[in-house]
Amino acid sequence: MKNLLAAAITAASMLLASPALAQTPPNVLVVGQIAEPKSLDPHAVTAVNDFRILVNVYDGLTRYKDGTLEVEPSLAESWTISEDGKTYTFKLREGVSFHDGTPFNAEAVKFNFDRMLKEDHPFHDTGPFPLAFFFSSVEEVTAVDDLTVEFKLKEPYAPFLSNLAYPTGLMVSPAAVEEHGKDFGRHPSGTGAFKFAEWDANAKLVVTRNEDYWDGAPPLEAVIYRPITDANTRIAEMLSGGLDVMVEVPPDSLQQFRDDAAFTVQEQAGPHVWFLILNLKEGPFAKKEIRQAANYAINKKALVENILQGTAEVAAGPTPPAFAWAYNDTLEPYPYDPEKAKQLLADAGYGGEQLTFYVTEGGSGMLDPLAMGTAIQADLQAVGMKVKIETYEWNTFLGKVNPGLEGKADMAEMAWMTNDPDTLPFLTLRSQAMPDQGGFNSGYYANEKVDDLLGKARAATDQNERAALYKEMQEIVHEDAPWVFVANWKQNAVTGAGVENFKLQPSFFLMLQDVAKP
Amino acid sequence: MTAYIAKRLLAAIPVLFGLSVIVFLIMAMIPGDPATAILGSYATPENVARLNADLGLDKSLPQQYLIWLGNLLQGDLGRSYALNRPVLDEVLERFSATLILAGTALVLCSILGLLAGVVSAARQYGFADKAITVLVLIGISTPSFWLGLLLILAFAVKIKLFPASGMYAIYGGGDLPDLLHHLFLPALTLAAVATGVIARLTRTAMLEVLRQDYIRTARAKGLTERRVIYRHAFKAALVSVIPVIGIQAGFVLGGAVYIETVFQWPGIGSMLVNAISTRDLLLVQGGVLVVAAAYVLFNLAADVVQTLLDPRLR
Repeated sequence: MKNLLAAAITAASMLLASPALAQTPPNVLVVGQIAEPKSLDPHAVTAVNDFRILVNVYDGLTRYKDGTLEVEPSLAESWTISEDGKTYTFKLREGVSFHDGTPFNAEAVKFNFDRMLKEDHPFHDTGPFPLAFFFSSVEEVTAVDDLTVEFKLKEPYAPFLSNLAYPTGLMVSPAAVEEHGKDFGRHPSGTGAFKFAEWDANAKLVVTRNEDYWDGAPPLEAVIYRPITDANTRIAEMLSGGLDVMVEVPPDSLQQFRDDAAFTVQEQAGPHVWFLILNLKEGPFAKKEIRQAANYAINKKALVENILQGTAEVAAGPTPPAFAWAYNDTLEPYPYDPEKAKQLLADAGYGGEQLTFYVTEGGSGMLDPLAMGTAIQADLQAVGMKVKIETYEWNTFLGKVNPGLEGKADMAEMAWMTNDPDTLPFLTLRSQAMPDQGGFNSGYYANEKVDDLLGKARAATDQNERAALYKEMQEIVHEDAPWVFVANWKQNAVTGAGVENFKLQPSFFLMLQDVAKP
Repeated sequence: MTAYIAKRLLAAIPVLFGLSVIVFLIMAMIPGDPATAILGSYATPENVARLNADLGLDKSLPQQYLIWLGNLLQGDLGRSYALNRPVLDEVLERFSATLILAGTALVLCSILGLLAGVVSAARQYGFADKAITVLVLIGISTPSFWLGLLLILAFAVKIKLFPASGMYAIYGGGDLPDLLHHLFLPALTLAAVATGVIARLTRTAMLEVLRQDYIRTARAKGLTERRVIYRHAFKAALVSVIPVIGIQAGFVLGGAVYIETVFQWPGIGSMLVNAISTRDLLLVQGGVLVVAAAYVLFNLAADVVQTLLDPRLR
């Protein structure tokens, strides 16, 4: 009996441990993702996790220039904009085919937008398309000839070109949609540098080199995306050599990778801003001095250095610096000055009223919201402001904050990641964007000058003209302080030995067209 | 016996039905909805209303439930909002992965637990008993997700003997040795607590039996100690341990939630966690239904085995 058992154990352990742990093979890049992708239909998804795959399988009419958030031609070679800013005419690239062999042409472009926007389109039911409102200004798409397509807009809408570079604007193969219907998201076909090969649910998603890519075939033979939801497990897999690239490394573990010569840590600031919405309708924050006092009282440098451990930078205003062309670099963040905060509070006659502070446990772009919330509470209490925290799970939290803070809270955490300098202020800072009007101005900020500047910037088609308007808007908002401006997040990634030309983009998309791993 | 099994299976139907109503109500009561989860920051009331209509969530709650029930009777569990694929495909795929993990863990904890319990009882207060008791207590009181991380650190990161996560190698592999290689650490982690529980109970049951008159008679007949323990005492003790193993099967299935997350095992536990956070009602319904049905079946199997072993119950 004993001998039998010993023999069995020996045999079992030999069997279990025998397959050698292979390192990842050359020319194949293994990427550790934070979750299982939802779908590979770019019009049906909303998460950055999915975008990281999609931008390598599809192209849009425009794309972001390497290392910037400025648009450049992609599937469209060139375009003209009418005087009134309402007609965009695109000249399409010739000789481009989808992975399924069908040609990319003006009819295909029309199909893509009609599917998303027209409820009577025969393939509209392959949705839902949650971000279709990015193109709600589009009235009609017309295929003028095989390689010319014209967009008529309902009103001038300057962010249109950068929305085309967003994943919601990526071009899918009409033939593949017609063939697979609702399952298109699992049988994707685009024009991108990599072709979809295999999706083994919850284990891996494989894309392979598109030899005929119009912008030159990529060096990698294949990319394997692995969903690993637990951050600790993702780190362990990276350390044990099972991954070549890992995104969203927790701040606590970055140093470990920095200290190890086998790994390279990459960081890139993105179009992200983390802020506190203040309730301007009622309570202490109705007074500008008290809002400014909160901005002075909170030690943002300590937040980004100690809690976020350098994975973010202090924000100066409502527009992230990643929008380099529209960012007002003369703005300085509110300095940490508790004495000044106390002075402002005394001048404004703050009587020690208790403030309710909505904090979330986690959520898209929220970084470390619980720890940040408690540190902010401590900073405000140090200058004499009484703060009561109420904590909610992310979905519940959005359900409380998005309808407006009136009657519920004085302040709330929030973070946004956008693709155009128009989006965030237009949705959150205009007096026409109050929650009951379908906007996100949950703190009820209203300033006619800001409304006017944002309206003009949206109608202008010249980038320099838009930039000047955004810069002025930032100055006013900085002074009015409807928010406490806290942090701009830096996206990070770790790459293993042998990975070449890997670069993070300010768009937070994971472009792998030029990456090599010989 | 067949009649008994049929009766038990029929009794399970109202249980599962009631469970589906409860899950439906709980999912309706927790704040947040799939449209908000999908839209995130972009969840304006207008966008949420439009998406809810597209998802068929603008109907009343009883209406939604009846539609779901009607489809269920035709074998259709609906489509997951968050994953954009049929619930049945996802649930079956995930559940088979969980069955492999939980099944292995159950076999492992039964063998190790029974063995440890018998040895403990046979050598009461001896060195082996004391050593096993200490190990068993450590096993019971260690949080399994922590144990899992520790094993990953030791056997995947430091000595690269086993893979850190997943069910199969991502290239090559896919065969039985590959599966066993990936299965070893998570199954061991999952089995730890249940092994302790079974060992403690087996020890108690054995000690109880060893005090019985017929054991004294067996010894008096001059049978060897090994024969007394394994032929006579163990068989009798097993009768009271088997139902506990049935209950442990439920705990192992429940515990799989943590272990699957830690080891990125593509099972139904991690699926349910994600489905709840994205408010994916149909996926939660489908998953809970399958897990509950499995739990009922495990317990039935344990009862049947017990009946076969114990003539008094027949």
